[in-house]
Amino acid sequence: MNAPTRVSTGAQTPKTSFQALWQPALKQAFVKLDPRQLKRAPVMLVVELTAILTTVLCFVPAQGVSTGLAVQIALWLWFTVLFANFAEALAEGRGKARADSLKAGSQGLTARRKVGAQFQAVAASQLRRGDVVRVEAGELIPGDGEVIEGIAAVNEAAITGESAPVIRESGGDRSAVTGNTRVVSDWLLVQITANPGESTLDRMIALVEGAKRQKTPNEVALDILLIGLSLIFLLVVATLQPFARFAGGDLPLVYLAALLVTLIPTTIGGLLSAIGIAGMDRLVRLNVIAKSGRAVEAAGDVHTLLLDKTGTITFGNRRCSALVKAPGVNGRDLAEAALLASLADDTAEGKSVVEYLRALSPVEVPERGAVRGIAFSAETRLSGADWDGRSFRKGAVDAVLQYLGMSREGMPEALAREVDKIAQSGGTPLLVAGDNRLFGAIHLKDVVKPGIRERFAELRQLGIRTVMVTGDNPLTAAAIAAEAGVDDVIAEATPEKKLQRIRSEQADGKLVAMCGDGANDAPALAQADVGLAMNDGTQAAREAANLVDLDSDPTKLLDVVQVGKELLVTRGALTTFSVANDVAKYFAILPALFAGIYPQLGTLNVMQLHSPQSAILSAIVFNALIIVALIPLALRGVRVQAADAASLLRRNLLIYGLGGILAPFVGIKLIDVLLVAVGLV
Amino acid sequence: MQLQDYGLILAFFVLVLAPAPWLGRYLYRAMEGERTLLTPLLQPLERACYRFAGIDRKREQDWKTYALALLAFTLASLLTLFAILLLQGVLPLNPQQLPGLEWTLAFNTAVSFVTNTNWQAYSGEAALSYFSQAVGLAVQNFVSPAVGLAILVAFSRGIARKSSAGIGNFWVDLTRATLYGLLPLCLILALLLVWQGVPQTFMDYAQAKTLLGADQTIPLGPAASQIAIKQLGTNGGGFFGVNSAHPFENPTALSNLLELAAILLIPAALVFSFGHYVRDLRQSRAILACMLILFVIGLGVTLWAEHQPNPALAALPIEQAGSMEGKESRFGVAGSALWAVTTTAASNGSVNAMHDSFSAIGGLVPMFNMMLGEVIFGGVGAGLYGMLLFVLIAVFLAGLMIGRTPEYLGKKLEAREVRLLVATLLVMPVGVLVLSALAVSLPGPAASITNPGAHGFSQALYAYTSGTANNGSAFAGFGANTPFHNLLIGLAMLLGRFGYILPILAIAGSLAAKKRAPLNDNSFPTHGPLFVTLLTLTILLVGGLTFLPALALGPLAEHLAF
Repeated sequence: MNAPTRVSTGAQTPKTSFQALWQPALKQAFVKLDPRQLKRAPVMLVVELTAILTTVLCFVPAQGVSTGLAVQIALWLWFTVLFANFAEALAEGRGKARADSLKAGSQGLTARRKVGAQFQAVAASQLRRGDVVRVEAGELIPGDGEVIEGIAAVNEAAITGESAPVIRESGGDRSAVTGNTRVVSDWLLVQITANPGESTLDRMIALVEGAKRQKTPNEVALDILLIGLSLIFLLVVATLQPFARFAGGDLPLVYLAALLVTLIPTTIGGLLSAIGIAGMDRLVRLNVIAKSGRAVEAAGDVHTLLLDKTGTITFGNRRCSALVKAPGVNGRDLAEAALLASLADDTAEGKSVVEYLRALSPVEVPERGAVRGIAFSAETRLSGADWDGRSFRKGAVDAVLQYLGMSREGMPEALAREVDKIAQSGGTPLLVAGDNRLFGAIHLKDVVKPGIRERFAELRQLGIRTVMVTGDNPLTAAAIAAEAGVDDVIAEATPEKKLQRIRSEQADGKLVAMCGDGANDAPALAQADVGLAMNDGTQAAREAANLVDLDSDPTKLLDVVQVGKELLVTRGALTTFSVANDVAKYFAILPALFAGIYPQLGTLNVMQLHSPQSAILSAIVFNALIIVALIPLALRGVRVQAADAASLLRRNLLIYGLGGILAPFVGIKLIDVLLVAVGLV
Repeated sequence: MQLQDYGLILAFFVLVLAPAPWLGRYLYRAMEGERTLLTPLLQPLERACYRFAGIDRKREQDWKTYALALLAFTLASLLTLFAILLLQGVLPLNPQQLPGLEWTLAFNTAVSFVTNTNWQAYSGEAALSYFSQAVGLAVQNFVSPAVGLAILVAFSRGIARKSSAGIGNFWVDLTRATLYGLLPLCLILALLLVWQGVPQTFMDYAQAKTLLGADQTIPLGPAASQIAIKQLGTNGGGFFGVNSAHPFENPTALSNLLELAAILLIPAALVFSFGHYVRDLRQSRAILACMLILFVIGLGVTLWAEHQPNPALAALPIEQAGSMEGKESRFGVAGSALWAVTTTAASNGSVNAMHDSFSAIGGLVPMFNMMLGEVIFGGVGAGLYGMLLFVLIAVFLAGLMIGRTPEYLGKKLEAREVRLLVATLLVMPVGVLVLSALAVSLPGPAASITNPGAHGFSQALYAYTSGTANNGSAFAGFGANTPFHNLLIGLAMLLGRFGYILPILAIAGSLAAKKRAPLNDNSFPTHGPLFVTLLTLTILLVGGLTFLPALALGPLAEHLAF
């Protein structure tokens, strides 16, 4: 999907370049050798234990294995673990850099906590859920919370990257505030809603930190499979020695250790954690906070998206899209009348008329002072202007007709027909009058965001249905739905209707995602499998949802789906690759291993590797280097094209399945040639 | 190969595949209690069974209850058979006055028949009375495949149902599988075999004077009925020691064809029954295609290998049309190779030639077939549920690559299912690799191996593979009847049976309880050529990666030595 995603313009964009990250990551790679940390990646723990064993074996001379070779094998086993650790550290680094820069502001922050009728200064870190604090202009809000008194402008640039301050006030849908954002005017009384360690920021950090991260359900399942495969290969390798002894041979332990490590799925085992962290980091960079990885993964599985019309599918304001002349009126006159009737109108609709006319042709705009604007009033339901002794008005059809003292039947038939057509197409007709004469009509309509239709088409290809939710009447709703290309529509929507729809979809076994901001969205957000709340929405919505968008941009839901899918595909692709690799490794190691027992098995040495020693070393080197080679892919994620499942599967099977079988044949041979050339074996 | 060899292979495929769609539908309807051709005849009998045993046929069991019922039934069967074999000396129908079996042999044999393995560490006519054969073994020959079929339908229900706790009723499934499935087919086959000359009698062994004037005892017995069920129920325990190579077990070319086709008849049909359960016959066709591909590859390799002249005789001035050592001249190379591949693809332990005498590669194929867990058609029920496990593994491995949580027919595969799948994946490596490693490294047990080097290793490997895979065929040449091997192979057979059954029932229960996601173009495709390829490669990869080193030290080393 290639729809525009908003790039955060945050003041403190952290350094995420490779240069800034690799040094700390390198250090972390060694710190992570601690088995207590490594036990989260069981496959890598096995590699580390094998590396320890092999290191010990370097000091025990074995027949047929030179110490030099044993040392090299041991070293490469250690490298395998280090490379995997490095991948994880690198993935962590990017997310952490951003989190740290956010967190820096909160160090040593104090807050005025309300105690009885008094306020008392305490450290922000001591605030608990339910505490009430007062924040003045110029101060940072000490934690996530809800405004219970006051109104103020708040600069949320630190979190959202948006520099324009937003209004936060008690009650209503704009009462939630985020920690570390700055009050720039007035004051607020804020009730804290998060204990230390549970705030938005803490959640963000927890998602991108390997040691604290909670594994997602698919990751847990995959982990079990990897442990199972490792166990099978452990049995395979462990039984080889008795089999070889029966045949009158003896296999060096170092070789068996090398065989074990090359067979167990180290590629995916080493990169699994990095993939998960990098996926969450992509979300963080989209300014979406996930409360759990589970929701992100569920986003990849979603069948139905419930999208609010306003703000997601359309711009949210009705805009002028056409003018219709009354019979006998000159086009220029209509344009002039419409312009003058809208000049003083500061509403979005009024502005859109002016914009529309300007875009059409250059029009002379009279000086603003000369125009006496007539603002919209509830009494007349008209707006307009008096200029140069003439008066121009525009408004809803019946209001203008009333202003003109005209009956609906008295309207020129051609114009009446056009007005009906506008209404039927889901638009809003406004009439323009001037000097007690009807000039024509303005066609206002909800404008669908550019590119959204294509995006829905892509989603449809991925098997995701979009449902538009709107409070409009069914007629208007259907017109916009057709234009935007959604699959279904809920018109005259109420929160109950939304909830009902989610439940009925779920009863059919479907997963539903939605976004919302109002307090009345909370039940639906909680019911949905993936609920994305807007950061500027209510605290209730933010709590009910499992994802929060800091930019309050509902189209983000589409990006979240994308990230979820990429996460799953990347894991699947590397698992397949890892298992497919084993075929070539067998062909490298088995003939080498059994050379002393059954020389005829040399026929299996299809790669024509130089010697048993070089074969074993090449396999283990390839096994370690492939992890490094795949780090970029793990961090970036495998791209998911819009296509049906069969073509996605065919493509990925070809690349990662067939590629996984062939690549090591080439790689191991090359390394073998190189090792021999350098004289290491 | 000659024209009649092609004719045999063609006739075999027609006999197996042509009735499969029809028989599959019949079995589905019968297992679900719907009306079938035989309902008017068998339903009164079925109802009488339930009344007698106090079974409420409408009562559904959850997976745990189902598994408990199955375990109770198996334990009772095991103890009964064990007792019969120990005590046959004092039991009736023992005209030859045969004594009771030694206890480890009795244990091994009881386990063998209860687990549908039919490994025979004894020689039928020399060791077992008519009572042991007809009451002890024949009963297990019926109920052990019936149990396999019951588990398959329970598993199919688990995949097909949604948000449901029950997976069927074990007692009902067992009864229907026996009454509607195995009995009628056996009746027909037994009559056909009698027509071809297989004995069916309770009379004493015949005494004859040979042309040279010597006395000869010719063993007889109720063979036709036993052979019918041994083939149809993928059992394989022969009435006579040399099994289907014996002229009384397999007297004619037609009997050979019928016995061959009978092995795969029900397993092939069940693939279609599964399609009826999940209401999607495309799934059946995909699975059948995969089975056929693997079968044809194995058959092709074996036929090729057995048609090669024996390299050991290459230096001698003899013309060889193929390797005939250990083969019945009545069946020839093609008839023997087809039999070996068919029986090991299915879980049928019968033999009509000595696999031990096959060429190295010819012996490798049957072994590899078994190592895959006998999923190429496989045993009654057992083959298909093993295959479905591979389907789930393939779906899980590749399913993530379409960007969704892996799903099979709308059922999500999550941590619990994967854990159970992994448990089943471990069965073959533990049973084959660990137990045979034990067998070859202890000096006493290793003495059972009668050949040195790679071929000797193959003997032991084959025995433990056959046991764990619940196949029962023997490589010959391996002295299996020692207390150690009797017990250890008994253990392998139990592991191979219950190591699959229990996780499968748990998966069935867990899948049945799940919601079913809607299926459309964006669901993981589990039909069509792409999936067939994926499934075939998954099976070969899992089997190959697990067993390649062991095979390299056995048949591969032997083959490459020449």
